[in-house]
Amino acid sequence: MKRKLVSALVCAAMVATVLAGCGNSSSDTASTDAAATEETATDDAAAEDTAAEDTAASGDLIKVGIINNDPNESGYRTANDADMKAMFTEENGYDASFAYSLKNDEQITAAQKFIQDGVDYLLLSAADTAGWDSVLMDAQAAGTRVILFDRTIDADPSLYEASIVSDMEAEGQTAVEWLAGQGLDEYNIIHIQGVMGSAAQQGRTKAVDEMVAANDNWNLVTQQTAEWNAEKAQQIVQSVIDSGQEFNVIYAENDDMAKGAVAALDKANISHGVDGDVIIMGFDTNTWALEELLAGNWNYDGQCNPYQASYIDEVIKTIESGGTIEEKTIIMEEKGFDAETITQEDIDTYGI
Amino acid sequence: MQTNETKNAGVSGFFGRMIRKQVMIPLAALLLLFLFNLIMDPSFFKIELGYNSAGNPVLSGFLITILDSGSELAILAIGMTLVTAATGGQDISVGATTAIAGSVLLRVLCGTNSRPETLQAPIIVAFLAACVVAMLFGAFNGVLVAVFKIQPMIATLILYTAGRSIAAWINNNELPVVSDESLTYFGEFIPGIPIPTPFFIAVACMIVIGLVLKFTNLRLYTQAVGINENSSKLNGLNPVFIKILSFVILGLCVAVVGLIKVARISTINYSVIAKDIEMDAILAVALGGNALSGGKFNMTASIIGAYVIQCLTTTLYKFQVRSDALPAYKAIVVIVLVIVSAPVVREKFNAFMAKRKVKEAA
Repeated sequence: MKRKLVSALVCAAMVATVLAGCGNSSSDTASTDAAATEETATDDAAAEDTAAEDTAASGDLIKVGIINNDPNESGYRTANDADMKAMFTEENGYDASFAYSLKNDEQITAAQKFIQDGVDYLLLSAADTAGWDSVLMDAQAAGTRVILFDRTIDADPSLYEASIVSDMEAEGQTAVEWLAGQGLDEYNIIHIQGVMGSAAQQGRTKAVDEMVAANDNWNLVTQQTAEWNAEKAQQIVQSVIDSGQEFNVIYAENDDMAKGAVAALDKANISHGVDGDVIIMGFDTNTWALEELLAGNWNYDGQCNPYQASYIDEVIKTIESGGTIEEKTIIMEEKGFDAETITQEDIDTYGI
Repeated sequence: MQTNETKNAGVSGFFGRMIRKQVMIPLAALLLLFLFNLIMDPSFFKIELGYNSAGNPVLSGFLITILDSGSELAILAIGMTLVTAATGGQDISVGATTAIAGSVLLRVLCGTNSRPETLQAPIIVAFLAACVVAMLFGAFNGVLVAVFKIQPMIATLILYTAGRSIAAWINNNELPVVSDESLTYFGEFIPGIPIPTPFFIAVACMIVIGLVLKFTNLRLYTQAVGINENSSKLNGLNPVFIKILSFVILGLCVAVVGLIKVARISTINYSVIAKDIEMDAILAVALGGNALSGGKFNMTASIIGAYVIQCLTTTLYKFQVRSDALPAYKAIVVIVLVIVSAPVVREKFNAFMAKRKVKEAA
């Protein structure tokens, strides 16, 4: 008997694990570790890149040093890097050097090197918000002007000329306003979030949360993080379908997750998109996602603009011609695309 | 009285035998989860026949979801069990190598164009290419472990770190999208068959490994190497070969998983595909009651362990537990398992049972 009792106790302990609510600390540390290790591979290549391009310095060109995150990080970053490389060329009057790292300390080292090399402008997409004060002061002392792009840092605004960023909250706001404009009687939303704590997740979630709190006919059927992962999104939506709950909106915080969600809908023969039962919303304007919009399979895709180079170019031109930058924080224009109005031209222009 | 007593002994003897069976550990966990769901919401067990948007019949329901989504894990558990048994360590690079296998598969399917209208190569060719590459990476891990005697977890840390970058590099950092429908047959449904294909693939893998274990000496040799490398060497085995072989088999499993993962969404995302699946695969082996320090193993128990993990995941999704808390629940399961299987606890337990017997006799 007691033998059975002991085994029952062991089993009970396992059930307790199912019942008890717990924090998410373990997943957090694991993911930071992974991120930290992934970076190292690209760093050496980055250093070589800088060295090679430094030697090609010439007379009248404006020397810029560009510090970016690893272009392998995401489609967004790839598009961002390609945009930078296309803008800062000799034809456009620039002598550009690039350095890539996802690690703040390595970015700082690269910045110091650029300052020693005497670049005119230091363009920076910082890996981390903290720790930049002293190096920016060095830049100021050396007469190097600093322009931040894509990400802000915790430093005194006098230390940089301009900061060109996306406003994630505005992205969420635009999307939610579009959704409110659809005039449904009831909004039963499956909200699939990105990696918790990321700027994109926080901004895009905030608008939804506020709307749901303010309106009785806006309900969250489920709100789960799929960590930008299509397959997790598919499982989350599958689980809602399996449990037979009603929903008419899928608000996914990136395109991949929207794709996963749609796969689950297709499996259950739930119609979606224009004239469908479920509204599909995604973010990031991947080319394939915009094509889904054009085909009417999805309804909305919000842009997260990776094309900061033209804004930076404008800022540099203003400074070079003796002008002043009035607004230090420049928020980029970001569109939301509606399946009913999107054109092939939009896809060619905005798809990443 | 007399008859009653013998009956009791018979029953407890039967239970005792059952409990001692290794396969009972994951089965008990599975039954518990089922019991929990039965009490909380019996609709968990409902299976419906419906039609997908293409008009093909599909089965749906939580149980089908578990069988479907658990396939990858079950396949990986097969390879991971062998690696664990032979080397006494685990391969933590399976998620990253899955990304590599998936990337190779798409590279062959798409050629140089990342958005082809038609497939540039038959799927079977792409799959074989992925198998070769994944087995080579497996062999790389195996050589580090077997020849250079690096601890498996450290050796596989190399690919764990670099694997996803390699995967991105194989496709020039592009994200190929396959529009051909035949690829989805491997990740979703074959038209006309309402059971998800990944389940069939997993069953095929189980049958293959079952036959291999039955008709070859793989089990005996793997266990011999795992239990005592030196004595197996003295008995004419080649531990280096056996260890590398186990990693190569895992590589093959990884290629199959890569096919399923890629087929599910017809594209790939290098940074998140099969993310953290290595931890689940190791957990499946542990849940199967296998010693993570190597030696004897029970393949069936590992595979059931994999489905237990998927069942736990699906249950938590059903009850809308925050999905970023999932690893915490899994961690608790691991802790319980590790403690229960620790020699100290086992000894105490045995001592307790012995004492009880003495008491009963008195």
